[in-house]
Amino acid sequence: MLQSVLLGFIFFLLAPVCGAIISGADRFLGARMQRRQGPTIVQPFYDLYKFFQKKAYIVNGLQDFLVIGHLMFVMLSGWIIYAGQDILLAVFSLTLAEMFLCLAAFSASAPYSNMSAQRELLQMTCTEPMLLLMAIGFYLHAGSFLVSDMVLGKMPAIVSCPGMFAGFLIILVIELRKSPFDVSSSHHAHQEMVKGITTDISGKLMGWVELAEWNEIFLMFTFVGLFFVCSNPWSILWAILAGAGAMFLMTLIDNTFPRVKWERMLTIVWSSTFIFAGGNLLVLMLLKG
Amino acid sequence: MKMSQSPWMLHYDGSSCNGCDIEVLASTTPVYDLERFGIINTGDPKHADIFLITGGINYQNRSVVQQLYSQMPDPKVVVAVGICACDGGIFKDCYNILGGVDKVIPVDVYVPGCAARPESIIDGVVRALDLLEIKRDRMRRGLSPEEQGWAIANINEGRTGKAVRKRDESVSGGNKA
Amino acid sequence: MQIIEFLIFFPFVIAAILYLLGNSERVYPVRKFIVKGAAFLIMAAVIYLAVRVLRGQMVRTYLEKADTANDFVMAGELFLMCLVTFYSFRFRKILAALLSWIGTIPILWLELSGRAAEGTDHFKFDNLTVLMCLVVGIVGGFITIYAIGYIKDYHLRHPKFPERSNWFLAMLFVFLGAMFGLLFSDNLGWIYFFWEITSVCSFLLIGYNREKESIENSFKALWMNLLGGDAFMAGILYASLALHVGTLSDLQQVDNRAVPGVMIVVSLLAFAALTKSAQLPFNGWLLGAMVAPTPTSALLHSATMVKAGVYLLIRLAPLMQGTLTGVMVTLIGGFTFFAASLMAIATSDGKRVLAHSTVSNLGLIVACAGVGRPESVWAGTMLILFHAVSKSLMFMTVGAVENASGSRNIEDMHGLIVKLPRLAVVMIIGICGMYLAPFGMLVAKWAALKSYIDSGAVWLVLFLVFGTASTSFYWGKWLGKIFAVIHKSQALKDTTHNGEWQALYPLAAMVIAMCFGFPLISNYIVQPVLNQMFHTEVEPVIGGSDIAVMLLMLILVATLPVAGGIISRNRRGITDQNTRSYMSGINAGDDRHFLNAYGDAQPLYMANWYMIDLIGELKIMKPCLAIAAGILVIMLTIIIGGAI
Repeated sequence: MLQSVLLGFIFFLLAPVCGAIISGADRFLGARMQRRQGPTIVQPFYDLYKFFQKKAYIVNGLQDFLVIGHLMFVMLSGWIIYAGQDILLAVFSLTLAEMFLCLAAFSASAPYSNMSAQRELLQMTCTEPMLLLMAIGFYLHAGSFLVSDMVLGKMPAIVSCPGMFAGFLIILVIELRKSPFDVSSSHHAHQEMVKGITTDISGKLMGWVELAEWNEIFLMFTFVGLFFVCSNPWSILWAILAGAGAMFLMTLIDNTFPRVKWERMLTIVWSSTFIFAGGNLLVLMLLKG
Repeated sequence: MKMSQSPWMLHYDGSSCNGCDIEVLASTTPVYDLERFGIINTGDPKHADIFLITGGINYQNRSVVQQLYSQMPDPKVVVAVGICACDGGIFKDCYNILGGVDKVIPVDVYVPGCAARPESIIDGVVRALDLLEIKRDRMRRGLSPEEQGWAIANINEGRTGKAVRKRDESVSGGNKA
Repeated sequence: MQIIEFLIFFPFVIAAILYLLGNSERVYPVRKFIVKGAAFLIMAAVIYLAVRVLRGQMVRTYLEKADTANDFVMAGELFLMCLVTFYSFRFRKILAALLSWIGTIPILWLELSGRAAEGTDHFKFDNLTVLMCLVVGIVGGFITIYAIGYIKDYHLRHPKFPERSNWFLAMLFVFLGAMFGLLFSDNLGWIYFFWEITSVCSFLLIGYNREKESIENSFKALWMNLLGGDAFMAGILYASLALHVGTLSDLQQVDNRAVPGVMIVVSLLAFAALTKSAQLPFNGWLLGAMVAPTPTSALLHSATMVKAGVYLLIRLAPLMQGTLTGVMVTLIGGFTFFAASLMAIATSDGKRVLAHSTVSNLGLIVACAGVGRPESVWAGTMLILFHAVSKSLMFMTVGAVENASGSRNIEDMHGLIVKLPRLAVVMIIGICGMYLAPFGMLVAKWAALKSYIDSGAVWLVLFLVFGTASTSFYWGKWLGKIFAVIHKSQALKDTTHNGEWQALYPLAAMVIAMCFGFPLISNYIVQPVLNQMFHTEVEPVIGGSDIAVMLLMLILVATLPVAGGIISRNRRGITDQNTRSYMSGINAGDDRHFLNAYGDAQPLYMANWYMIDLIGELKIMKPCLAIAAGILVIMLTIIIGGAI
């Protein structure tokens, strides 16, 4: 028990560093894809430092506590994964975290925040089935929802869940707020939603949101890695390679596709979830039964 | 670590002829690539550190500029790009023009030109970064970030904000950096 | 055992007293006293019963010979039939009368001709009964307490409706009595009698206003429920004549592999339960029930009426496991869960959203019962508990908000946390209880998901994951509306009565307490139910480390508001200044107006997102009804044809 609790703390060490590096690498790579020099890979650290140097102008007294709730629950879901606990609970906790961020935006009672919060809810609606199905796929593969059982399996989960992985890559675009599915808020300038869900969050509070985002990014790539990890220690290398590949793919997609309207997002994501993950589920259940 | 390694920029077009705006956009293109300094052209005053204004101030946009300025968290710098933003330019005597940006909010860096060239815009922004550090240090010492008190009355109400200028000229232009 | 008789007859006695007291200013204090006293007495009685049964862990049956009671029941059925006939002729809705005759006359024939199969005992109770009694007694009790204050305000706000509040309160108690009767009865004929009382009672309650719309809707409720009643009757008939089974517990003993005919009875009873639980295609009556005063909807939706249906299904769950009937029930339930949650997204009327959400959640419970595995029954029972408490809380809060602000539209709840802070907090607790992670419903969903996967039902899993996603969308945007902070807005006058608070606070406290106490509830209340139902020691459904993580989440959520309070007090640590929201620099200064091109302040209106064009009720209700009806008809044909 104590061991798993301590293992969970690895996430708190790794996530901010790796999340930031991933996000910096994305900016660097994206710039290179546009034949620009771009910022250095450690740029996100500078950004975070800057946020904490600034004052925070809040719009109401609820915002700060909601933002901190967001951060805490993102960290909790990371902890659940690394402590080897129930992956389904990690997904639920992540939903709760997103909900906190949405509420922080809703509480501003401001046009851009409000609209983006609604869109964020829609994005959650798009991603949640796939996240749950991913957890179910792991369950069918390993026979347990516990992450500790998954990583000790004989074969990596990708063997039995390739459809789930394909579906997950599609919602990864949403989770990382990448074009074409960055309807609620985007990393790029000049979008119709200003800065989306964080429009009315500023200064230090924005720093907390940024930190939470790094955690979330790292968590998402952890999910990618979970598809590849098995009892063989070398599989960790495969997981890292897969994560790097997924990251490159995401940056490429981000720089290739224009943003779609929400109806298209909903149809594309739900139907791909239904086809890839649902089909995979059907096959797994047939094999099992 | 310096906070000026991550300056985020809010670009506002006053009553400009769009010449300077094209040049501002040009500086984000691969040729000039503002982002290599960590600069992001954000649309949100609440995330911005640099307020980049092109074009002069008229009666319509006066309150808008003041409100955007008031919504930027301290420390922050203002860069007036183009001669119109500096003092009104060729529109100076128009019936609807108040003059340069400094009529309504404190300006830290003046970038002249008609239109200002991308090189000079980037130069202005980079100079503004040093000012950002100075203001941050002032805040750390418990002082007001601005050297001399600018009082923008009624800024939250946004309608009839009036700027009163009592300011040491020597700071502007970033000479102290 | 006197306590059973007490629980069944006492509400009827109170109802009679309340009715006879009449309506005048003079009797209000007396009435208040009687209702509160009766409600607390009922609660005390169910708790006493629960403690006794849970400590002894026993199954008891009572009342072997009950000839007088049987005559009484027959007379009651005849009376109900006459009542329905009277009303349907008066309002020219002959369908209801027809269905009532079809349902009652064969039963009377069966009884009078002596062909009715006699079971042993007429009453039986076990842990499931006790669990349901707790729900009905406690939640129902609070609803009646809430009703006293509410109905007074209701008539103040709607002076055009004739005041018949004595009758209204009496009906609420009749309802409770009928529910207790239904729960304790083991004899199928008796269950049917109480079943019909709830149908007729809900009809009378929904039609309380005697407006055109409420009469329409009340007859809709009546015919749908009577149709279910007819299926029930057919089930009893078949059970008596072909299987010689007269009680529910005997039915449960029948081996469905040896006697295929039992599945006909189970299917017919399941059909009745589906109508009662307002599953697609019968969700219309529950949506129509919204016209009635709020306590009616709270009672029908959370504690009693709809729960009667799922109660019956859970009783039948072990029989349905792995059968075609089970497939039918799970398909209908899963589909309803998904479709109703989609429709809830496109609805802005608060009570209607609650109605859709009730239908949707019941779908989940129904599907759990249909799967029939121990974990799924665990999930279903947990869902019943959590849903009853959270949903009744939500209904009552929406009613109180409506009384205070004049609207129950979610759009008008913008900034409720500033306008009516106390009600807003209670509502937030209710909503969180309905869908957010560490709270009860999600715990149950976790188990439901697991059991669906284990049972190999791919469709069900897909319905569940997509339905969960759309569920969080409609609750999320409602929560967002409440959370919006509008500056300089005046708080509204909170007109909520003390009596209403006496119901709201305990229920809100119960939602929270049940979240923290779910391991205890699972161990001491739900687990024994499973053990009795499956006749073995069922392994604990939820494991140790999962409980630990869930409690950790709960503690985090619970400490957050406290931490938030500390942060707000030392605000300088994080934040320095309040500013107005971003509106492209033209915020007129109060976050609610912007400056237009003329420099004038123009009001700003932020609507929620309803996607009416995509998933509006008008658009998808009919296809959904058709699909569900198709599933039902085809499956019933296959099952009954196959068994015969």
